[in-house]
Amino acid sequence: MLHLTFLIFLLPLAGFAVQVLLGRRMGDPLAGAVATTFVGASFVVGVLVFFALLGVHAPVRSFTQVLWTWLPVGGLHVNLGFTADPLSMTMVLFVTGISTLIHLYSISYMKGDPDYPKFFLYLNLFVASMLILVLGNNLLVTFVGWEGVGTCSYWLISFWFHRDSAASAGKKAFVYNRIGDAGFLLAMFLTFQSVGSLDYSTIFARLGQVSPGTITAIALLLFVGAVGKSAQIPLFPWLADAMEGPTPVSALIHAATMVTAGVYLMCRVNPLLHASGAASLTIAIVGAATAFVAATIACAQSDIKKVLAYSTVSQLGYMFLAVGTGAYEAALFLMIAHAFFKGLLFLGAGSVIHGLHDEQDLKRMGNLRRYMKVTFYTFAVAWLAIAGVPPLSGFWAKGDVLDNAFARYPALWVVGLAAALLTAYYLSRLVALAFFGDDRWRTDNRPAGHGHDGSEPHESPWPMKVPLVILAILALAGGALSFPWYGSGTLLRWVDPVFGANLYDAHQSVGLQWGLAITDSAVAIVGVVLGFALWRKVTERPALENAFLRRSWYLNELYDSVIGRPGARLAAFTASTVEGGIIDGAVNGIASAVRRGGGLVRRAQTGYVRNYALGIVLGVVVIFGFMLTRVWWS
Amino acid sequence: MAGATVASAATLHLPHIDYLSILPVLIMMGGAVLVVVVSSMTRRALGTSASTALSVLTGVAALVAALFQWHSVTTHGAKVTIAGAVVLDGFSVLVQVTVAVAVILSAMVADGYLKREGVDGPEFHALALLSASGAMVMGSANDLIVVFLGLEILSIALYVLTAMNHKRAESGEAALKYFVLGGFSSAIFVYGIALTYGATGSTNLPQIADYLARNVVADNGVLLAGMALLLVGFGFKVAAVPFHMWSPDVYQGAPSPVTGFMAAVAKAGAFAAVLRIFVSSLSTVRTDWQPVVTGLAVLTLVVGAAIALAQRDVKRMLAYSSINHAGFILLGLEAADPRGVSASLYYLFAYTVMVIGTFAVVTVMARDGDNGHDLEDYRGLARRQPLLALALAVLLLAQAGAPFTTGFLAKLQVVSAVVAVHGYVLAAIAMLSAAIAVFFYLRLAVVMYSPTGSVADPVPAAAGGDGEEGGGGTGAVTELLTFDRGSDAVPGLAVLTGAPPLDDVAERRVTVPVLTRAAIVISVAVTVVFGIVPAPLVDFAHRATLLFH
Repeated sequence: MLHLTFLIFLLPLAGFAVQVLLGRRMGDPLAGAVATTFVGASFVVGVLVFFALLGVHAPVRSFTQVLWTWLPVGGLHVNLGFTADPLSMTMVLFVTGISTLIHLYSISYMKGDPDYPKFFLYLNLFVASMLILVLGNNLLVTFVGWEGVGTCSYWLISFWFHRDSAASAGKKAFVYNRIGDAGFLLAMFLTFQSVGSLDYSTIFARLGQVSPGTITAIALLLFVGAVGKSAQIPLFPWLADAMEGPTPVSALIHAATMVTAGVYLMCRVNPLLHASGAASLTIAIVGAATAFVAATIACAQSDIKKVLAYSTVSQLGYMFLAVGTGAYEAALFLMIAHAFFKGLLFLGAGSVIHGLHDEQDLKRMGNLRRYMKVTFYTFAVAWLAIAGVPPLSGFWAKGDVLDNAFARYPALWVVGLAAALLTAYYLSRLVALAFFGDDRWRTDNRPAGHGHDGSEPHESPWPMKVPLVILAILALAGGALSFPWYGSGTLLRWVDPVFGANLYDAHQSVGLQWGLAITDSAVAIVGVVLGFALWRKVTERPALENAFLRRSWYLNELYDSVIGRPGARLAAFTASTVEGGIIDGAVNGIASAVRRGGGLVRRAQTGYVRNYALGIVLGVVVIFGFMLTRVWWS
Repeated sequence: MAGATVASAATLHLPHIDYLSILPVLIMMGGAVLVVVVSSMTRRALGTSASTALSVLTGVAALVAALFQWHSVTTHGAKVTIAGAVVLDGFSVLVQVTVAVAVILSAMVADGYLKREGVDGPEFHALALLSASGAMVMGSANDLIVVFLGLEILSIALYVLTAMNHKRAESGEAALKYFVLGGFSSAIFVYGIALTYGATGSTNLPQIADYLARNVVADNGVLLAGMALLLVGFGFKVAAVPFHMWSPDVYQGAPSPVTGFMAAVAKAGAFAAVLRIFVSSLSTVRTDWQPVVTGLAVLTLVVGAAIALAQRDVKRMLAYSSINHAGFILLGLEAADPRGVSASLYYLFAYTVMVIGTFAVVTVMARDGDNGHDLEDYRGLARRQPLLALALAVLLLAQAGAPFTTGFLAKLQVVSAVVAVHGYVLAAIAMLSAAIAVFFYLRLAVVMYSPTGSVADPVPAAAGGDGEEGGGGTGAVTELLTFDRGSDAVPGLAVLTGAPPLDDVAERRVTVPVLTRAAIVISVAVTVVFGIVPAPLVDFAHRATLLFH
């Protein structure tokens, strides 16, 4: 069974190939169904491999499948190799599972889109890339997947590229990701230089011969890559803009899977982080800060998808806090729980947007619980889960992260707790605005051709509802993956061998655990009550939605003035002076040289044999001349 | 006793002949004879198909023979045979394989062309097989005289092949040019052999190496001149700058399948010989010839890429692109070590497959009369025939050196071989030229994938004449595309059989004969599969070493 590992990513890749060749012919909705089938089959194979892996004795529970030597050039030998171990299989199961549900959802969400087959083509390629990223047994294969998901993300954000905002959002995501990718590349170069290999196992085995400074440098450079991909401070603004993509894309790529790639990468290189306290601390601080900052911004957004986007950034911050603490298992736990409830929130938001005919402004929603029952109840589950209300999945996952932070970095625990309060608050605000209050969508006058036309919002069809219900059950019961009283017997503990001694264990007394749990619950409930009380009836509170928060701490403006405008000035300078004077001069020089040379060649290229023969003779003369110098000098 | 001695002295001593070492050559020559015989006994209508089938079978048989050779080399080791004239080693085997593959693919491409153009098939195939046998001889030659023999067998058949399409004036003109200049360069080459013989006392490659290893040639002017002339002779064959000027005219004028065949086989044969001669025999004096190779490589890389930018005729552009490729293969010679040799060999194989595939598409894109090679004829191809456009795009990207293709690995290997011997400047120049080259490959790809729009654009298809491009178009790209069109147009080649009306250009779908289709598919598959799973081919090239080095 383990030998089927390669099929896990090959199936979505085959789906992609089928879409390329036949997508247009299959059309709507067959293309979507076929794409969903391939991803679903990949999930099934993933489950088979998972059970096969469970059958392997725990300490050696890892299977590496080398398909072939990929780059056999010089000293660089890179295998196209894939590893199935508890960490990668955990990722595989939740990535393929969520992907299948979201593919299913998209079949009807994207109905009627003129580029329907193209959407599924990208989506299949995305899943394949994500699985390559997760399964790769060396940095280069991971990087191939890393670039693959980045490219698909770019295509899908700007899927409706005829809208300027979508096109530029895609570009923005691409640029921010490139910054991170540069870090990843440098980390690879440095690794190869200092270790001589890119295989994870070899790197970890030879860590002893690498200087601590180099290890920290590699870890931090990889973290730069993770910061770009997982939208952490300072590279997070792209994720909010990425909401220009179709909602299933936001759910799949920009909430559940791709943005967690950075967290996965950090978990994968845990020996590096363990060996470098400085890198770990940096990661924890960045994570906690991001969790808090993004949560404050989410409090003031009025676009339903923007709230969720900043919420995602904030939750990813928690995961990095856990990684920095050394509590990788807690990071994975939150990653999976987050995939459930955030995927559900996005799909629910998509259902709302769908029902209101592309209305995304919270201020123009209201009272939807009466019209979209399934959407509302499932959304409510996700809301309470992410808010951290016991006993839903978010409570356990976030609690796990915070408990470890409390033990290792108490200051960061305070920041995390404050962010948890805000999380409960802004999501309650969202729910209050969208599902309670008056039917604001009915009376508002909207720009023509946009938004709801006055008829009542409708519930979505079954392919959209089924994923909602399944995800709601998972968000409700996801905590069962790792209840604290299971001790070392929890489901998630099966990843422990991957981390071994690198895993941080808080060893807290039962009383302290209870105390922390009660604190978490209290914070969550306060946040919920606060959000509800403030926004149940009122839709405008300028003090709470001040421009500073609304405009995400003026970060875009900051980047614009610090990097963007000087960059533009530099560009203008280079365009006028350097480009005009030097480069154009050079290019024109080269061009005219080529032209002149072309002229010469043209004159030489007469078509007359005698001239060609003369060319040969001239060549002979020059070479003879050179040879003569050798004779004289010897 | 005495009588016996006299008798034995009078008898001609025939050397022992190891037939396996020349089996692919014999198969090729036998195939050529068979094609002529069979076609003279069948009805004319059957001629082309029958001879194509025979030709492909001959190629396959040669390929199988080469695999037997490989088996022999890997189990019994490399050896010299036939009175030291022929060598059977990994290197020679890979050359035979490359040539055999070229023969098979070219024959498949040519079939449709010959039928479309009404050119006699048997002659074409017989000549192609003979020419290929010449290239094979060059690959296994262990003696300068044998190299020359192979060179002439290769060349003379190519001259005739170039003239094959008697309906096109360009075809004949190109052949005449090729013939006259080829004769000229052969003379130079023979003179080079003579001088080398004069300096070292032998034409046998190992003996030359021995002599040079044991003696320090004090006054080595004769040897230097000999090497210079040998390099010029080969420089002409592989179209290295400044001995390249024949190639654009000949590539453009020759029938398209012949152009692909010539680009592949002539390069394979000539490079095989030059690598063996210079790396195994003349390596002790490498400091004398390496600077010349460096100069040739730089000029070839830069001029090939730069002039290709200005071309609007696709065949001419590919001619300059082929010059650029020759520059890359020269890098392996410059490195002059086993790594460089295997990199060059790999490059030759990869290039053979890519270029024949590319010219296969060019062949079918041409209308009747083998015209219509202007860039504009490719506009909108992706809409009309997406798969054909995709195949050409992949092959062009591979030629440009895109990852996941053999083209990438080929460039990577020659460049890293030259870096390994500290040729950093040369490596940098090579990569820069590759960057320039990307432009003209992508330009053709962009044209294929851009809409047919701007019908107002009065492009006289395939016009070789100068004159400014008429308006129409979409900004920068068009500007680039219209850059300097026809800048090195050739008087005398502009004889056209009349350009068809414009609507025809926009709507035209070309038919792709089944065999040609198969050849394109094979080329693309080999290029991509060995790009994704590179190890087998790279290993083959690594083990295809020279017997002496």
